[in-house]
Amino acid sequence: MGIKKTVTLYCKYASICVRSLMQYKVSFVLMIVARFIISFGEFLAITFLFSGFEEIKGYTYSDILLCFAVIQISFVLAEVFGEGFQVFSGTVKRGEFDRMLLRPCSLILQVIGTKFEIERTGPLITAGIMLWIGIRSSQIQWNVLTIWTLIAMIVGGTLLFIGLFMLGASFCFYFIEDTSLLNVLTYGAKTHGKYPIDVYGKGIMGFCTYIIPYTLIQYYPLQYLLGKTTQWQFAFYPVGIIIFLIACYMVWRIGVRNYRSCGS
Amino acid sequence: MITMENVCKSYKVAKRNAGFGEACKALFHRSYEEIQALNDVSFTIHDGEMVGYIGPNGAGKSSTIKILSGILTPDSGTCIIDGRIPWKTRMEHVRQIGVVFGQRSQLWWDIPVIDSFELLKEIYSVSTLRYKNKLEELSELLQLQELLKTPTRQLSLGQRMRCEIAASLLHEPRLLFLDEPTIGLDAVSKLAVRDFIKKLNQEQKTTVILTTHDMQDIEAIAERVILIGKGKILLDGTLTDLREASAMQEESAGNSANLDQVVANLYRKMNIM
Repeated sequence: MGIKKTVTLYCKYASICVRSLMQYKVSFVLMIVARFIISFGEFLAITFLFSGFEEIKGYTYSDILLCFAVIQISFVLAEVFGEGFQVFSGTVKRGEFDRMLLRPCSLILQVIGTKFEIERTGPLITAGIMLWIGIRSSQIQWNVLTIWTLIAMIVGGTLLFIGLFMLGASFCFYFIEDTSLLNVLTYGAKTHGKYPIDVYGKGIMGFCTYIIPYTLIQYYPLQYLLGKTTQWQFAFYPVGIIIFLIACYMVWRIGVRNYRSCGS
Repeated sequence: MITMENVCKSYKVAKRNAGFGEACKALFHRSYEEIQALNDVSFTIHDGEMVGYIGPNGAGKSSTIKILSGILTPDSGTCIIDGRIPWKTRMEHVRQIGVVFGQRSQLWWDIPVIDSFELLKEIYSVSTLRYKNKLEELSELLQLQELLKTPTRQLSLGQRMRCEIAASLLHEPRLLFLDEPTIGLDAVSKLAVRDFIKKLNQEQKTTVILTTHDMQDIEAIAERVILIGKGKILLDGTLTDLREASAMQEESAGNSANLDQVVANLYRKMNIM
């Protein structure tokens, strides 16, 4: 299947999801508002914290806001596009995965096509505010490389979270029940990822580089973006997420093969 | 043409006794029981045939359908459909088949039926002209005109089943699997579905494989019946063969008995309940 065909098909799936969501208008609006309020609370918490401190481990208020905004945007985008993986255990339980196997198109496309959660976009408003404050009061030298770094962090982060969602979905093939263990890594990372990872010490840094590569989209490129280092190669670390995605895809493939030999 | 040879399939099923204590124990140590779902199943089905596939619950009907449609990989044995091995060439295979599960929907729940059809058109890459013609033909035969603009969740079961069948035929498959298509339908819908399937087989020469517990379905549609029990093919023949097998020893179940009794008798006799 060609790329153009895949994209058109995904757009059709997405438009169906949006139309389905619109059927329940009140719930749709409430979800956006509720999620905005929650995220705004987190923003206020950081603001209050910094009324007592000047900086945390060398990071100023605006640095933290910038870092949090990037993680927040990545996570929201991952939820919008990758929610299909998050609800995948239900898909398997209801036998809908059998139906997907009966259709002549990519399984991953069908899985992510089951959900297109624009009602999760509320936190983007907060993230936008934080990004704006963060950028305005920082001393970032804007040039092609720094703009690339910011975008690469967001895109890389989105792909990282989608990869984790996919990993979680792959476990559904083995344990039909939900695996909330993975939520520690996704929601946990969203909550704690607002601070640059070196704040948490060496052990966590190691884990977040070699096991789940959070540092590739957060700590390293952030150092470059904030001008804390002159090592320009840090700007390209987010590209490494592709390797992580390939690994997640392998696990997914093994899961599918296992499903087809064991049945439901 | 479908050829299935010596296909075997077994599942591992986790077993535990009732009770909370047992449930906790099962967390740490699970005892598995192996269930032989299909045991050396072989048959051949030619193009344009209409086959009723029957057997008691848990006999292996669904497993067979899943293997034939490429969802499931068998443990051993071969299965070739028009030169394709279903589980190895999933994409090419599913393009040529249609599958209706009576108990599950393939339509998107919250949107009008016609929107589901349009998405299926994209998924199967059906050209606009062919899609239009096919849709017109199907809505005429299954009387869908009024239903197409209704969201799936608001359809009655009978209306939905007619839409399901249409959905599985939009890409003009050569082979159609129907898994309990008349389950829960009222008399009028049942007759409509049966008539349609019969016509489809006669006019388009579509091969149809139908599983059902409703013996009237079989009587109305199928020329050939395959009976499966405990994973084994026990009988492969016509309805008359079925009646004879059932009546061989027990005189009470002669030709006068209705088909439900005949089959129940047969299940008991073959000890497959």
